[in-house]
Amino acid sequence: MAQAAIELIGINKSFGAVRANRDINLEIARGTIHGIVGENGAGKSTLMSILYGFYQADSGEIRVGGKPASIKTPNDAIALGIGMVHQHFMLVDNFSVLENIILGAESDALLKSSIAKARSELDRLEREYGLEVDPDAIIEELPVGLQQRVEILKALYRGAEILILDEPTGVLTPAEADHLFRILKQLKDQGKTVVLITHKLREIMAITDNVSVMRQGTMVATRETNKTTVGELAELMVGRRVLLRVEKGEVEAGAVKLAVKNLTVKDSRGVTMVDDLSFDLRAGEIVGIAGVAGNGQSELLEAISGIRRAVSGSVMLDGKPIDLTGAADPGELRDRGLAHVPEDRHHVGLVLAFEENENSILGYHDDPRYLKGPFLNVDAIVADAKDKIEKYDIRPGNPRLKTANFSGGNQQKIVLAREMEQDPGVLIVGQPTRGVDVGAIEFIHKRLIAMRDQGKAVLVVSVELDEIRSLSDRILVMFAGRIVGERGPEATEGELGLLMAGVERQEAAL
Amino acid sequence: MDVFIAIVQILDSTIRLSVPLLLACLAGLFSERSGIFDIGLEGKMLVGAFAGAAAASVFHSAFIGLGMAILISVAFAMVHGFASITHRGNQIVSGVAINFIAAGSTIILGQAWFQQGGRTPALQPGERFDAIVWPGADAVRDVPVIGPIYAELISGHSLLVYLAFLMVPFTWWVLFRTRFGLRLRAVGENPAAVDTAGISVAWLRYRALICTGILTGVAGAYLSMVQNGGFVKDMTAGKGYIALAALIFAKWKPVNAMFACLLFGFLDAAAIRLQGSPLPIIGKVPVQFMQALPYILTVILLAGFIGKAIPPRAGGVPYVKER
Repeated sequence: MAQAAIELIGINKSFGAVRANRDINLEIARGTIHGIVGENGAGKSTLMSILYGFYQADSGEIRVGGKPASIKTPNDAIALGIGMVHQHFMLVDNFSVLENIILGAESDALLKSSIAKARSELDRLEREYGLEVDPDAIIEELPVGLQQRVEILKALYRGAEILILDEPTGVLTPAEADHLFRILKQLKDQGKTVVLITHKLREIMAITDNVSVMRQGTMVATRETNKTTVGELAELMVGRRVLLRVEKGEVEAGAVKLAVKNLTVKDSRGVTMVDDLSFDLRAGEIVGIAGVAGNGQSELLEAISGIRRAVSGSVMLDGKPIDLTGAADPGELRDRGLAHVPEDRHHVGLVLAFEENENSILGYHDDPRYLKGPFLNVDAIVADAKDKIEKYDIRPGNPRLKTANFSGGNQQKIVLAREMEQDPGVLIVGQPTRGVDVGAIEFIHKRLIAMRDQGKAVLVVSVELDEIRSLSDRILVMFAGRIVGERGPEATEGELGLLMAGVERQEAAL
Repeated sequence: MDVFIAIVQILDSTIRLSVPLLLACLAGLFSERSGIFDIGLEGKMLVGAFAGAAAASVFHSAFIGLGMAILISVAFAMVHGFASITHRGNQIVSGVAINFIAAGSTIILGQAWFQQGGRTPALQPGERFDAIVWPGADAVRDVPVIGPIYAELISGHSLLVYLAFLMVPFTWWVLFRTRFGLRLRAVGENPAAVDTAGISVAWLRYRALICTGILTGVAGAYLSMVQNGGFVKDMTAGKGYIALAALIFAKWKPVNAMFACLLFGFLDAAAIRLQGSPLPIIGKVPVQFMQALPYILTVILLAGFIGKAIPPRAGGVPYVKER
């Protein structure tokens, strides 16, 4: 192996109680493209932010070019020849390209000479790497692909020898991504070292020389890219978790409760996240949607539950359409029997500053059961909350306690109790057990299966493969906004992993 | 010719009345362009006015007065910085607190030191900034048209008036032609970009607030040492807020700021001039209405006659590194 450009030795980093990086060791060879893969939240971005001096490691050592380096600020990193292209661009939107490039790297107190110097330097970089961009264009008027190019130019202008790219293709169209890869290969040919952070395995296979896999804050493996397979990487990425199988009987699926047809949804940046997607959800079945986070599952859930507008397509609830073009009203959908347990309970599912009993009726607070004339009937609400606390074993069992004081698992139970106890015909659950302890997971799974046994239609979206396999009667695998395969609950982890990585169906069957 | 003289006189007082607004407005521009909202312009001007008049009267020097005005005003700006940059406090609350401290402390200290009901002693010649008469002003005074314009409008203002108007191109130059200006504008738009470029966000914002303090200090000194011959309690009378309105009206641009402040100054001048004198067609207008006119116009202008004013994007938000 060539000389190491960067060595990370025993890096640890915690944010409060969360250990984002534990004992990370990593060696990146000079003049190579090194991929770092892992699911969202695996700690990749944190690790690179430590390397770039944006955060300080709690312990561990960084060596650049074989010499121990102390990187306390981005300035230190820049001085050592490390440049970073952040996932969210660090550009000033109403500045010109030139102004962004010289920001922080001006040659003296007046701008004139800096701008002249940057203009000629930009010209050179343009010729050398094929990074064309109009130096006088205003950033916010450029497409994201070009904005990203400005970020790369910014790093090169500062003399970067090692370039870190954090999820660079997340915002790009496939054509833009291909162009980016050509640029990266050219950089490598010129002797630069590139570190590519991504959760997309296809990109790793296409462009990297070596790949390291992270999972839950640890570095689980490093491989030479041409000696590994997508299947192996997927398995390393997702990991084998303790199986928690919940007993469930056979149930005949009934009538179609929810029919999604040709649904297309874009996110706030205008990137298509759900792409012409169709599926049916029947009474008495649990359909699980598997996929690596960020492949459109969140947007799908939001569109169905009326939180996000869809671009096109239709969703039928009990045979009647849901207005997706903007007028969809989550409250109205609730009245029609569609209950939603959102993925992000802290931001969408709960008001943490409220008391438990208030959260236990949130969204259903207009129900006459909870009202006394125009006022809330607090006694009835508290009694109702007590009832749910008992049924769902929510602890501590005090409905007047502030919701923020409950643990994650119990908070999730509060949301589940609220939605399930309304006896909906269709229940949509995002990440039912994210951040929930093992005991509560089993309880929640049993509850979901009980719903199914009562003949309800249940849709579960989860990034936990085990959960999907243990709950679902049918598994749909989502990749890049589409459903790339349907399997039964007997599908193996490897098989699903390949589908989740976007490998074609025929290959997956082998 | 009477009408012409009247117009020249109104324009002359327009200039005089717009100077404190202009200085405060440019002060606010430095602060807000760096992403720090500063509702405390009013208070900083007031302490500047007090410190200036008090020091000038004690040391018998206009320049020591000006220096003290700037020093105290900058000190107050640093308090705002400490609360809102270092401790990431709410910038509006911090600014309002500064206004209250300024209003109260100037009266208490004024009474304790000078025993004149919160006033400072009337400033003597030499303790004030006197009018500078330009060469030949008296000679051309009687020349029609050009004479009054030269003698009244251009000549015969104090040093601080010329300084205020010179600050307009200077501010523009600093913002758009220097490294400091580039970074200052950047930090008000996207502090994360500045941070990742290896520049200290906090230090940059502190420097912007120092500029703000200097300019509000000069504005205060103008009020108590040029416009008035000493400090009177609450003498800023809302000028700091009008300056903020002018800043929005000017879309955070220096040259626009000058025109906005001249407009507000003109309204003020016209209101004073037209008090009690009947207007054609409308007849006699109550004094109170004329006095309220600048404020009414402010509301109307800000309510939508200026098009979309986009403030610096990071304005008012303390910078915290995201996880």
